[in-house]
Amino acid sequence: MSTADTSYVEPARRMSANGWAIVVLFLPPALLLFTVFVALPMAEAAWYGFYNWNGYGPPEKFIGLKNYGYLVGNATFTRSLVNNALIIVVSLLVQLPFALGVAMMVAGRVAGAAWFRLIFFLPYVLADVAAGLIWHFMFDGGYGLSSLITGALGVAPYYLLADKTWAFSAVLIVILWKYFGFHMMLYVAGLQGIDKSLLEAAEMDGASAFQRFWHITLPLLGPMIRLSIFFSVIGALQLFDIIVPLTGGGPFETTNTMVSYLYYFGITRMRVGFGSAVGVVLFIICVTFAFGYRRLFMRDD
Amino acid sequence: MTESSYAIEQPVTAVHEPSGRSPRGFGSIALFATLVVLAGVVLVPILATALNGFKELGDLQTHPFNLPRIWVWRNYWDILTGFRYWQVLGNSLLIATLTVALTLALSSMAAFTFAHLRFFGDRFLMSYLQLGLLFPLATAILPLFIKVRDLGLLDTYWGVVLPQVAFSLAMSVLLLRNAFKQLPIELLDAAMMDGCGYFRFFFHIALPLSGPILSTVAVISFVASWNGYLLPLVVLNSESRYPWTLGMMAYQGQYSTSWQLVLAFITLTILPAILMFLMAQRYIVSGLTAGAVKA
Repeated sequence: MSTADTSYVEPARRMSANGWAIVVLFLPPALLLFTVFVALPMAEAAWYGFYNWNGYGPPEKFIGLKNYGYLVGNATFTRSLVNNALIIVVSLLVQLPFALGVAMMVAGRVAGAAWFRLIFFLPYVLADVAAGLIWHFMFDGGYGLSSLITGALGVAPYYLLADKTWAFSAVLIVILWKYFGFHMMLYVAGLQGIDKSLLEAAEMDGASAFQRFWHITLPLLGPMIRLSIFFSVIGALQLFDIIVPLTGGGPFETTNTMVSYLYYFGITRMRVGFGSAVGVVLFIICVTFAFGYRRLFMRDD
Repeated sequence: MTESSYAIEQPVTAVHEPSGRSPRGFGSIALFATLVVLAGVVLVPILATALNGFKELGDLQTHPFNLPRIWVWRNYWDILTGFRYWQVLGNSLLIATLTVALTLALSSMAAFTFAHLRFFGDRFLMSYLQLGLLFPLATAILPLFIKVRDLGLLDTYWGVVLPQVAFSLAMSVLLLRNAFKQLPIELLDAAMMDGCGYFRFFFHIALPLSGPILSTVAVISFVASWNGYLLPLVVLNSESRYPWTLGMMAYQGQYSTSWQLVLAFITLTILPAILMFLMAQRYIVSGLTAGAVKA
């Protein structure tokens, strides 16, 4: 920031009436809207989190940390935390390598590369709710994909979404399907920015395909990979829209995420204090991650 | 996933073949075949949704992945001639348009101020707005609901639009400020010398020169609003104001035993997004990815 700013220091000394008019007219609308609908609600969440409040009248029943205490031992909430962690693990260990692999396939001059990129990106453009509902059909033991498989094997219909051990894998599959194209596109952009002469020189020197990938392509993709990890984690933490149409949090509350837990146990029951406390926990996790990650890994980008 | 390890190592030779030579023989055929299979896997759920919307329930149950035995155009026709479908699309369009317009107006004005004027507390205010990048809307959804209710905006379009704009400000102000800063400083100096003033500089020079980044911001906020679910779910009660995401879920709730109708409804509601994507793919892809990269 500092280098870019030096050229602007001078005008500050002699800011005209015209300049002040801009500050007074152009800034307040954005600041007002942001304060009312973003900053205040977040601050209020921290406040409401200490109360037992149904949203009517002023919050009066101060209960200290009880809302948070309830969360600590709560099996359903713990399960949603674990589910969020599972999404992150699968995103990082399966989705990103997969997206990178696909990106390398379509970044070059393979026939129809542009079309393949378009097709892989398409699910990302669809709404999460629509994706969830489409896959609800696909996983429906009586109709969709699973009915086709069980039918071919001649076994009884299998309802994955009703299987409390494996239902969450359905959520993971939908996430993989919907989001790998976005990460692929980031990597394609990164790959296209790599200087081809580097790779050619390495090949002249006898570096194998794997060596070229490992020592040249991968390090040069570093900034893109760090970015895509960042989006994966932030996206995983706030996942909600897919859950509602796909599983509704069931069976036996095994497929909730933090946000769907907040929705089903806070919002639909109008437990404003409790729901706010869940929001605060999510906020702390997001902010800690965002700050920590940027400080540790994205300093140079 | 055995597929992914294959995918990483295999195509390297194909992609980074020294220029002038194209990938040869068997390798390139295998690569192409892999991509075709993958594209098939990605498209199957969407195609199955569209095709199954043409079936009778019995046909759908026995042959979920075949072409319809009898093409029941009626499933689609009834939705298209009904009021409900157009109403939810209209609501979504209205909400998204208002959101984009307001986001562009407010964020470009704020971004311009931050880019070109120095005043006491400017950096503090910029960082204050950037707080919005740190947490998703869901974290504050309950207090937000209370706020919207206390302002009397519950069950109104503005109750959805204003928070959407507010939550998109952090990102869009950042993108636009960076773009405005990159305008040649000589332009500003020359304009000031000619007595142009900041207002005319903003409207006649800064905005017209920032078309690409403005369209990026527009694409991001339009897609976010069009696909939005949680906020309208919490704010809107009347079905007459439902955007398509809520309308689709309501339709599914009502016809849950008739998958063929639900699938037809899903197909028709995602159709505008798919068409728009195919027509404006360049803008949408670069908007959604470049926006993410630059912020």
